Amino acid sequence: MKNKNFWFFTAGLILAIVLAVFISPFASPHPDGLERVAEDKGFIDMAQETWESAPLPDYTVPGIENEGVSTATAGAIGTLSVFGVGLLVAFVLKKRND
Amino acid sequence: MHIPDGFLSLPTSVTLIGVSGASLWFSIWKATRELVEKQVPLLAVTAAFIFAAQMLNFPVAIGTSGHFLGAMLAVILLGPYASFIVITIVLVLQALIFKDGGLLAMGANIFNMAFIGGIVSSWIFMGLKKILPKNKGVFIALVGVVSWLSVVLASFACSTELAISGTFQFVPVTWSMFTVHAIIGLGEAIITAAVVSLVLSVRPDLVALWDGGK
Repeated sequence: MKNKNFWFFTAGLILAIVLAVFISPFASPHPDGLERVAEDKGFIDMAQETWESAPLPDYTVPGIENEGVSTATAGAIGTLSVFGVGLLVAFVLKKRND
Repeated sequence: MHIPDGFLSLPTSVTLIGVSGASLWFSIWKATRELVEKQVPLLAVTAAFIFAAQMLNFPVAIGTSGHFLGAMLAVILLGPYASFIVITIVLVLQALIFKDGGLLAMGANIFNMAFIGGIVSSWIFMGLKKILPKNKGVFIALVGVVSWLSVVLASFACSTELAISGTFQFVPVTWSMFTVHAIIGLGEAIITAAVVSLVLSVRPDLVALWDGGK
């Protein structure tokens, strides 16, 4: 049972990393639904930059010239960060069950 | 539909920070009572998958893209309150690390995507599930329909906030948001139904909202 869980969750995490690393460089570069509406209605310029310390702005790694490699690296870092934070949060919350 | 800072008025942003904060507090309280051992890695993998899938913008119309939301996927796999926590983790890291979605607007983004797209949509899902035939096919179909609805409702919340903030008039902004997200929602429905039916076929015990067709 433990083993079954391990392989299922490992497969899920590998799938997530594959999507973030190998598929994300081919994602549509066009504005998303809200951005498109904001452009069409003319309020896109109201957007403000309030957080300049973001280490990987717009899913890119500063310093990596190749766009695809930059996006793929940002995707891998993001996926593993979300996984790590998720594991930590779930572990802490679950523990209080006992 | 990650709202950047500047689109919403201060009162709207602050109010929604309060609402989302209270919802998070309640979801955490529920999780400490309901989250079981095997859901710990499931929560983490679901969050990682949703983050990765959200990077994959697909074209929805000329010059426009959309991406997966994942709130209903997390609802089906983990239940509404753990889903709220999953989407909140994704949104907070997207804003802090990738500058995707504003800081002051984070309350609104969590409200739209985790509360409306997740918790409120889960109520609709559970209500409809009660009155519909109990079998796997109907379950998957309902997952698809409510996933579509979750995106449309989240976009409706977003356009309502833009209107309340005085950014644009309610009817035109709501109509524009609806027409785009009605298409994006189809992607949401297909991806969510596909992932849920895959997990249901290999590990039905990991699907929180599936009760064996009872």
